[in-house]
Amino acid sequence: MDLMGVINLYESEELLQELTRHRPLAALPFGGRYRLIDFVLSNMVNSGIANVGILFKDKYRSLMDHLRSGKEWDLARKRDGLVLMPPSYSAYPGVGRCGGEVDSFFSNLDYLRFSRQKYVVIAGSSVLCNLNYQPALDYHQRTGADVTVLYTDNKCLNDCAGAVLVEVAADGRVTDMEVAASANRLGRLSLGMYIMKRELLIDLIDNCVAHGGYDFVKHCLIRRLEFLKVFGFKHDGYVARISSLSNYFQHNMELLNPNVWQELFSSSGPIYTKVKDEPPSKYKGGSKVTNSLVAGGCIIEGCVENSILFRGVTVHKGAHIKNSIVMQKGIIEGGVMLDQVICDKNVHIKAERQLKGDRGYPLVVKKGMVV
Amino acid sequence: MPRKECVAMLLAGGQGSRLGILTKKLAKPAVLFGGKYRIIDFALSNCNNSGINTVGVLTQYKPLALNSYIGIGAAWDLDRKNGGVYVLPPYVREQGGEWYKGTADAICQNMNFIDSLNPEYVLVLSGDHIYKMDYSEMIKFHVENKADATIAVIAVPWEEASRFGIMNTASDRRITEFVEKPRHPQSNLASMGIYIFNWQMLRQYLVADEQNQKSSHDFGKDVIPQMLEDGQKMYAFPFSGYWKDVGTVDSYWEANMDLLAEQPELDIHDPAWRIYSVNPTRPPHYLGPDSHTANSIISEGCLIYGEVEHSVIFPDVYIGPGARVKDSIIMSHVRIEANATVDRAIIDQQTVVGEDAIVAGLPEADGRKIIVIGENVTISSSAVVDKDVASDQQLAAGSGQEER
Repeated sequence: MDLMGVINLYESEELLQELTRHRPLAALPFGGRYRLIDFVLSNMVNSGIANVGILFKDKYRSLMDHLRSGKEWDLARKRDGLVLMPPSYSAYPGVGRCGGEVDSFFSNLDYLRFSRQKYVVIAGSSVLCNLNYQPALDYHQRTGADVTVLYTDNKCLNDCAGAVLVEVAADGRVTDMEVAASANRLGRLSLGMYIMKRELLIDLIDNCVAHGGYDFVKHCLIRRLEFLKVFGFKHDGYVARISSLSNYFQHNMELLNPNVWQELFSSSGPIYTKVKDEPPSKYKGGSKVTNSLVAGGCIIEGCVENSILFRGVTVHKGAHIKNSIVMQKGIIEGGVMLDQVICDKNVHIKAERQLKGDRGYPLVVKKGMVV
Repeated sequence: MPRKECVAMLLAGGQGSRLGILTKKLAKPAVLFGGKYRIIDFALSNCNNSGINTVGVLTQYKPLALNSYIGIGAAWDLDRKNGGVYVLPPYVREQGGEWYKGTADAICQNMNFIDSLNPEYVLVLSGDHIYKMDYSEMIKFHVENKADATIAVIAVPWEEASRFGIMNTASDRRITEFVEKPRHPQSNLASMGIYIFNWQMLRQYLVADEQNQKSSHDFGKDVIPQMLEDGQKMYAFPFSGYWKDVGTVDSYWEANMDLLAEQPELDIHDPAWRIYSVNPTRPPHYLGPDSHTANSIISEGCLIYGEVEHSVIFPDVYIGPGARVKDSIIMSHVRIEANATVDRAIIDQQTVVGEDAIVAGLPEADGRKIIVIGENVTISSSAVVDKDVASDQQLAAGSGQEER
């Protein structure tokens, strides 16, 4: 396939600080055993892309540990494969010291220059869907567009802040594009995925840096919207944009609908992640688990409803977990009641504790806490 | 290649004919076990956890599933620059070539492989047992006793001792006698089929055994008795813990059910002794609003709407609303449709049990406890099946009774 991928991790995580203090948004655990980046990475690999560069922003230790050689995504290759680009000062002193993603792109321009693919797709990690890039690339070639933006008809109800919204004319041309500054905006939600020729991306970055730009979407694309032929490609499937605690929680819970589960995890290919060799989960006598998603390695003796348990969670007898998310290696002791709670990794809730959040505003127990 | 202290040779060529339908298409070590594993995972994981990183796997009977499963050994961290996993099938030579005639012959035919690594010790393992064992302890025992050979033994109940190869030992654990299936056992220490030999000595015995026309080329029947007769220093390494030969359908089923105990003797959840396997790329499993699960283990990618009791469920299984699964083993990609009943059965991969169908083993009084449904079988709606069904069959309603 004549397409390479660049995953741009300069993403807004302000509304998710409880969960992103120690990790980049891309490393946020999701859906029982994944991290957000698994979705975009698997989509790229399932589309036949074999050259993927990742532009890191900060706090990237956990993400490096997750990705390692890229073997789980079949990206540990002799040629191409996974290319990690941590932030660095510009290789060209005097230019591009504005910071931000464009500078980071600029510092790694050699990677783009030396790649062999004609086209590149740029994507973030926080929009989750299961799609194949081939139809979008075909569309891009057919329309002769300079840039093709993937978008969905979904509106981002009250949840737009930071989203890239597009207006698309009947002929597919993108007539307006904005980075929503407030929560209530009209416009169709873009998936933050852009297809263009690799040469064009190099030009855009170069030009953007030269004009003092540092934000890829605002300065490299929106500022030049009238000079570029930008088209929109509509994606019809399920889309989850993770940008706030409440929509993170909501999109996790949507996985309890088996149709969403099936679509997100397997419609155009499986979602790969780092494997942990966990044994199958064990349900002891007296356990009662309904409408829940359970990953491997759990030992369950209590009651779990409408919840998501990540790998290696222990639920003791007499514990009651509902409408909650318990991440990896959580220990929930007897008599505990959790409702609308997110337990980050390695949380231990001692016997008889009662924790309750509210709908749309879950209570977050921080990583490693003993309550 | 740098010298290795110890090389493991894993005998994985056996058919396991007593497992019947389950080994119709693959070798016994490749049979699925315990919700996500294959039997061979236990020996390979033991190797990795014991620090043995060079393993020859001897394959022969229907090796496709096994070979593709082992691959380059990455799942067990055995994809190594120096060492790693080597799949060793029988091969053709200038003058013909032969199948592996016995366990000793299999090692003998791969003498050049072991010579190339020039190890001090060779650890001979079999790929059909379920257990966790630290082989490094056994090697230490072997070295400390300055033994020529060490055989791992486990104490079995006296009444069962006559089913095993029994070691009679002196007080210092030196083996004085080896009796295959004794009528009147003098000891209850059974051989586990795990041996450590000093390679140079074993090599001589293998060469001699190969010349012997009368030999069946088997470790237990020929090589070990010969070494004892010659007065070589042979010791019995005592193993305590869970060990199960899953040679029959009943013992296979029991070993699976053992994992469901409140405190299983074999703890697969122990992070200090992980059992590795090729992991399925499947999302977490989903338990529906009216599902009920108890005393069971369930793997990834399953959709469970019905009832699962005291059963082992492999990845990507669908159990429809109202369906009941009890005391059973359901392998990967099986569909149990709505309101079907599965009781005391082993259902192999890709099989579909239609709506309202009943698949149930006969009560114990009839002699058979568990029935086996082969892979890729379609059991139509409302069918009643109480006998084994071979792979790739279509079973219409009412036809189950006539099977065999």
